[in-house]
Amino acid sequence: MGSRARPDWEPVIGLEVHVQLRTKSKMFCGCENRFGAPPNSLTCPVCLGHPGTLPVINETAISYAILAGLAFGCDIARYTKFDRKNYYYPDLPKNYQISQFDFPICSGGAVPLRSGDETRSIRLVRIHLEEDAGKNIHAEGRPESLVDLNRTGTPLLEIVSEPDIRTPAEAADYLRTLRMTMLYLGISDCNMEEGSLRCDCNVSIRPRGSDRLETRTEIKNINSFGFVASALDYEIARQIDVRESGGEIVQETRLFDPDRNETRSMRGKEEAHDYRYFPEPDLAPIRVAESQLDELRSRLPGLPWEVRQRFVEVHGLPEYDADVLSQRDPAVVPFFERCVELYAQPKKVSNWVINHVFQEMNERKVSLEVLGLSPDRLAELLGAVERNEVSAQNAREVLRKLLDADRPVADVIRELGVGMISDQGVVREAVQAALDANPSVVQDLRNGKKNARNFLVGQVMKATRGKANPSEVIAVIEELAGLE
Amino acid sequence: MTSAASIRDRIRDGSVSARRVTERVLAAVDRVNPDLHAYLEIFHDSALASADDVDRRLAAGDDPGPLAGVPFSVKANITSLEGESTAGSKILRGYRAPYASTVVRRLQEAGAILVGKTNLDEFGMGSSTENSGVGPTRNPWDTDRVPGGSSGGAAAAAAAIPGVIHLGSDTGGSIRQPCSYCGVTGLKPTYGRVSRYGLLAFASSLDQIGPVAGSAEDCALALGQIAGRDPLDSTSADVPVPDYLSELGKGVEGLRLGIPREYFVDAIDAEVRERVMEAVETLRGLGVEVEKVSLPHTEYANPTYVIISAAEASSNLARYDGVHFGHRTARADDLVDMYSRSRGEGFGAEVKRRIMVGTFVLSSGYYDAFYLKAMKVRRLIRRDFERAFEQVDAILCPTSPVTAFPLGSRLDDPLKLYAVDILTVPANLAAIPGISFPCGRTREGLPVGAQVLGRPFEDSVVLRFAHAYQTETDHHRERPPVSADVEES
Repeated sequence: MGSRARPDWEPVIGLEVHVQLRTKSKMFCGCENRFGAPPNSLTCPVCLGHPGTLPVINETAISYAILAGLAFGCDIARYTKFDRKNYYYPDLPKNYQISQFDFPICSGGAVPLRSGDETRSIRLVRIHLEEDAGKNIHAEGRPESLVDLNRTGTPLLEIVSEPDIRTPAEAADYLRTLRMTMLYLGISDCNMEEGSLRCDCNVSIRPRGSDRLETRTEIKNINSFGFVASALDYEIARQIDVRESGGEIVQETRLFDPDRNETRSMRGKEEAHDYRYFPEPDLAPIRVAESQLDELRSRLPGLPWEVRQRFVEVHGLPEYDADVLSQRDPAVVPFFERCVELYAQPKKVSNWVINHVFQEMNERKVSLEVLGLSPDRLAELLGAVERNEVSAQNAREVLRKLLDADRPVADVIRELGVGMISDQGVVREAVQAALDANPSVVQDLRNGKKNARNFLVGQVMKATRGKANPSEVIAVIEELAGLE
Repeated sequence: MTSAASIRDRIRDGSVSARRVTERVLAAVDRVNPDLHAYLEIFHDSALASADDVDRRLAAGDDPGPLAGVPFSVKANITSLEGESTAGSKILRGYRAPYASTVVRRLQEAGAILVGKTNLDEFGMGSSTENSGVGPTRNPWDTDRVPGGSSGGAAAAAAAIPGVIHLGSDTGGSIRQPCSYCGVTGLKPTYGRVSRYGLLAFASSLDQIGPVAGSAEDCALALGQIAGRDPLDSTSADVPVPDYLSELGKGVEGLRLGIPREYFVDAIDAEVRERVMEAVETLRGLGVEVEKVSLPHTEYANPTYVIISAAEASSNLARYDGVHFGHRTARADDLVDMYSRSRGEGFGAEVKRRIMVGTFVLSSGYYDAFYLKAMKVRRLIRRDFERAFEQVDAILCPTSPVTAFPLGSRLDDPLKLYAVDILTVPANLAAIPGISFPCGRTREGLPVGAQVLGRPFEDSVVLRFAHAYQTETDHHRERPPVSADVEES
């Protein structure tokens, strides 16, 4: 099967994304909301679903949901309520999930995507709040299943897009933008490996030019960013094959198998679920006050696409730099802007951040925050390079030392012995030595060969361990070689 | 005549010890319970230990709490750290709650002594306590008759042994109707007045915990401690709690009382009607102005109640599935089989019937015709009351159309059993307070209950009506054949 949509078919994709909110406590009880604790250690009678217990709404989760809605320009409901979604599963101790049915907290809105110079908006249907379920663990070689209810009751945003996405790459882009927005808002970790961001894809195909919505399949179990595009690639190609061989698409749920890189129909015909939604009688409807909205609006940070634009328009960065800097880690934004404040050459700062700081983050596998570099220190270092106190190359080494222990840049340069040689005599000595050792090159130089000069500069730099000022070295070479 | 209020006063002034009272209560319970099966569990040891604690604190001059030494029981669908919290269901046999309900915690913090847990129709579903998974309770006035239900254990216990406060729950009359059949006083507070945290939910939007006792005064005493906002129950209201005991002293002179014509239909037993109208006259004699009112949607209350309560119950009872707590079948082929068998073995017939009705009315395709329509009718019923309360301060009617019926006589036809709720369910649908108090007996000697309904959060007004009536009459002091005294003879 081909891996890309053939030109006569157009994929129609909508995503349902679940995002766990990073509140201190769970959605409806006081238990700690945290990943990775020993099984069932973060539970209480409420999230265990004990008889007689009642849910109490976590106000922070409501605020976070509203922040997400404001970020995407959704209509924020002034009246919203919770409903019960009834189904039986051992990871859901009450056998109903508290969710939202007909009055979601946010509706409409859009996620702006950028490809090249174009901005494309993926419209949202709604964002609603619900509680997460626990986890069933089917241990190898054991007859019984185990249930871990630590995750039960974790606040969850469900973000449902319109079927506006047209390519697997766009789906991946949409997901990255969602994630980055959540990180900017500080409301979720969006870690797919830990399950704090989960994605179901609805996909159908139609003849290009048609605007009909055709039978779709739903792909579940996509648990890494990398899998989104490959699952969709496979499923689109599969649907095209089915259609082109005269078959029909069956509405079904399919599981993505990352090992085989394919989607499979979920075994056993699932009964059509009737969730029997009805208003949650244990929770009063919520009224969102204008003052609360105003307060949340004032807390809204610059969003990834706004930051990107600012980097281009205010700091004059190329589109590429603006993209990379705005999509890496929200902490990069204040870091970059503080750096530029102290060292007013945005492109140079950008180069350093993208080429060196990000590389250090990658090598150490840490966030900017954990990396522990202050923007003031980076600006200090760039200033030192500017003033020829250290070469650009040696500055890299200084940066690494600064990450081990933060100290004044001048101290590190001195300690490493990489300060630029300011003594003219030392440079002249090194140049003379290079000329003496390479008489044939000197001859080439006199004959006007450019490479000869570069070679000699290299020899001098090597001898001075990069501490000589290259332009000064060139001047001395020319002088001593009698080229003036 | 013993009352909880007098017990409290005598313990406080040192004329009797909490231990002595508790011993007497436990002895009385032990004496009557074999005949009545009102209590499912009696906490001899922990009750005496709590009593000793009260006595120690009194001796040390510490404040032992406003209800120090007052004995109380809770219906077995209310959680306590003592004993089991089974809701009278086999599916929860042996279930010990890991936490105490807010009402139990508040009473215990006030120094009251938990003496046991009382019987009920399984999960509160029933009007006779015959649906208990552990056998019926009997009426102390005639042990061949039902005590009413679902708080039948509480009402029978209150009738047999005065001076103890009982907490029941009322979803469609489950406090008031058994109080009527057993000749005791019981209050269903305004919805949201008392925390439901720790009440094993039957129908969350209708359930309310309230006191059952020998008098309106004792109900007021209990309500004062259990009422008020609870951060653990989002539906509990942040409305100030008045001093209900001192409110009682205000009397009823000049208050307007409405008599709803829709509540005096043919289905009402003639003697019940007579006793209730006599109560109206007594109140008129106390300066109450009596007027006729109309609650036009009354006839729809029962079907509305059946639909809403079943819908909520079908969801509330989903958690009893054999996975996390309660009964699990001995063997099962797979998960679904385990669910079916555990629930099939654990639930009684009436509970299953309501789960099925509730599942049906919430199903797609039926939701609009049943659940949604019932919610709309519920609003109409609430509006009926709002209009009536523009005209009058309270409404009086019989609590039940009939008196206590013989055990087994209504078991064959659930509709016949649901019919005894017609006068009590409107208060739950409208979320308003209602009190039932004894107003005499039939020629057969069976108690008749009168019900007073009031405006939301005017629980004190309905208590005042009952209290004023009880200061004028002695019906609440009449004792049934099966009874025992707490007071020293």
